Amino acid sequence: MMKTFQRFLAVLLLSLPIMANAAISAHEFDNPEQEELFRELTRELRCPKCQNNNISDSNAGLAQDLREKTYQMVKSGSDKQEVLDYMVARYGNFVRYDPPLTPAVLTLWIAPVLIILIGGFTVWRLARRRKDAKPALDVAEQERLEQLIKQTEQEK
Amino acid sequence: MNKRIFYFLLPLIAFLFMAVFLYRGLYSDATELESVLIGKPVPQFTLQDIYQQDKQHDAAIFKGEPLLLNVWATWCPTCRAEHTFLNSLAEQGVKIVGLNYKDDRVKAIKWLEQLGNPYQVNLYDGKGLLALDLGVYGAPETYFIDSQGVIRYRHVGDVNARNWQAELAPIFAGLD
Repeated sequence: MMKTFQRFLAVLLLSLPIMANAAISAHEFDNPEQEELFRELTRELRCPKCQNNNISDSNAGLAQDLREKTYQMVKSGSDKQEVLDYMVARYGNFVRYDPPLTPAVLTLWIAPVLIILIGGFTVWRLARRRKDAKPALDVAEQERLEQLIKQTEQEK
Repeated sequence: MNKRIFYFLLPLIAFLFMAVFLYRGLYSDATELESVLIGKPVPQFTLQDIYQQDKQHDAAIFKGEPLLLNVWATWCPTCRAEHTFLNSLAEQGVKIVGLNYKDDRVKAIKWLEQLGNPYQVNLYDGKGLLALDLGVYGAPETYFIDSQGVIRYRHVGDVNARNWQAELAPIFAGLD
């Protein structure tokens, strides 16, 4: 019983690389460039259903459909931009793992730099203000203070 | 003095802005994607009627009056839960078009016979062709379409009495 199970496990493990490749090998292409484009696209396109998978990794029904659609488009000679445009027109920029630089994306890039700059500037200004600060007492006052201290000490 | 108020208010405003942004993020559903088809007409299609294979429908069925396009399938448990409410919506006079999505025709017809048919028109999309053009990524989904055949809103997940009253009915009433 145990042995059968071990054998089953061995076969299962050995066939893993074959299964992993299944998404590719099921399709035939006219030339290696098409196959490379298909791989590239299915890696870059994100499965809308499963959020954090590309359509090459996901086995969701929708990912299979999108993979099939990508295959058909690549096979019939569409270039990368045409496939991306087709997908974005239906599923939005969400479907791309490498989205274009929209204002929202730009904010994400710029905001951290901006915050560091503002913080640095504030620290610099505070430091300078402290250095430039006038002494609390002018010369005459300072003398009077010292006198007062002496007086008190003598009175003790 | 003005300057001091400014230096005091700036971080406060920045903080409030962040707080509102993050608070919203706390309750937003990341699985709900915004449709890019809002404001665009329903894509062109030709699909069979679910009951009769020789009867074809196209995008012309969406012209004339506001209606809902409900994407459903028998393999979708949430659709079953939603179906009863769709029946009652239909009784109230809400016009609904059904899009049977990547499903078995025989099972789908049986479902409609057993649970009732709230749909004015039943489209059969076995390969998910129209669904792909609509950007459907799961079932159920419901599209709000105005009398010109333009998509105005997409609701992901089931339509039920609660979200219909709270959000969806006003949107549907606002369609022209």
